[in-house]
Amino acid sequence: MSTRHDDTHAGHGHAHADDHARTFQPDIEDAPFTHYQVMAQALGDLLIEKNVFSADELRRQIEIQDTRTPAEGAKLVARAWVDAGFAALLARDVNAAAESIGIPAGDIPIRALFDAPALHNVIVCTLCSCYPRQLIGLPPAWYKSREYRSRMVREPRAVLAEFGTMLPDDVELRVHDSTADQRYMVVPMRPAGTDAWDEARLAEIVTRDCLIGVTLPRV
Amino acid sequence: MDRRFHDFGGQDAGPVPCAEHVYEPWEKRMDAIRGLCAQRGLFTTDELRRSIEDLGPGVYDKLGYYERWCAAVTNLLLQKRVITVDELGRRMAKVEEEWTGARCR
Amino acid sequence: MQVNPPHAPGARVRVRRAYPPGHTRAPYFIRGKAGVVADTAGAYRNPEELAYGVYDGAPLRVYRVCFRQTDLWPGYGGAPCDTLYVDIYENWLESETEVA
Repeated sequence: MSTRHDDTHAGHGHAHADDHARTFQPDIEDAPFTHYQVMAQALGDLLIEKNVFSADELRRQIEIQDTRTPAEGAKLVARAWVDAGFAALLARDVNAAAESIGIPAGDIPIRALFDAPALHNVIVCTLCSCYPRQLIGLPPAWYKSREYRSRMVREPRAVLAEFGTMLPDDVELRVHDSTADQRYMVVPMRPAGTDAWDEARLAEIVTRDCLIGVTLPRV
Repeated sequence: MDRRFHDFGGQDAGPVPCAEHVYEPWEKRMDAIRGLCAQRGLFTTDELRRSIEDLGPGVYDKLGYYERWCAAVTNLLLQKRVITVDELGRRMAKVEEEWTGARCR
Repeated sequence: MQVNPPHAPGARVRVRRAYPPGHTRAPYFIRGKAGVVADTAGAYRNPEELAYGVYDGAPLRVYRVCFRQTDLWPGYGGAPCDTLYVDIYENWLESETEVA
């Protein structure tokens, strides 16, 4: 069994302002550039020249995506754990709940999947890579992999075991394939032993992988 | 009956490759290009998915995730006459020349 | 296109056993399978039309259908209570009357 690695809920770091001037990209200066890197550069440059969008808008778009991290999802879960009214709102409408505490969630509807003592949820997109990215940022590479997309629907417990997560047989493992316009995020159960914790501390144990459902919050 | 290549659910596969991937700037840029084009109504998410799926088995598997996006977005923009093959080819040649020149400095 | 009257939560439905080429959002592994409507996920334009530049088609209801994993996979290795939920556009679903 592979050891899980760190499923940090930190973001992916600051955006590099991708300069419209065609300077060589510093990150690949010592590496061969690929056909598609060239194509992507040329594409962006052409679209800017044609005023489809501006260089500033392109930069801003990257920055906006970078501000979306799993920490935003963790805040929603932590708030739901301490505030039953907020939990009810989250259950009805994640986007509205997020906006109500100043977290942008975008315009694609997101639905919260609440775990319960006899129910654990996990999400996948077998057809592509649908993910609540406008709330919690870009998905991990493994979520988009052929292996995850193939096996999560057919042998979910084996896949969860690879992530170090074991569930008893009397807990329903509910896999959600995001095939349509809704996106999903898992709201795990609040672990025992956290009664005295404040929201900030609670949010720290809700990682990106918990929001996908492949791991449970660890105290 | 034929399953389309990208429709992976239920197939046999090996362990989930768990290495974290740090998104490279060009990938984030490609993502942003896609997002802005969609916002401008140049294509829908559905057209993008279709364009990716139509890359076909060999290409789909060979390319990385953002390479597929780049290929698919480019194909859509060509089909919709937002860009032409000629101007794209010329610009790609120019980019490659500049990057090769920059490396040699 | 044939569409059914609305399916109520709890209704038993079956995914059509059709295999068109082209873009669709009904995964291969549920074709021909039966499940139970859990709830609806709103109404959206048909991705099979949007994907080909038809932007003004009629919205379709999207149903969240619950499948038992043991119904989907022979020899399913997990727990008997495990389920799989898929969001399915109404044009892929037919009512299923259970034979007593």
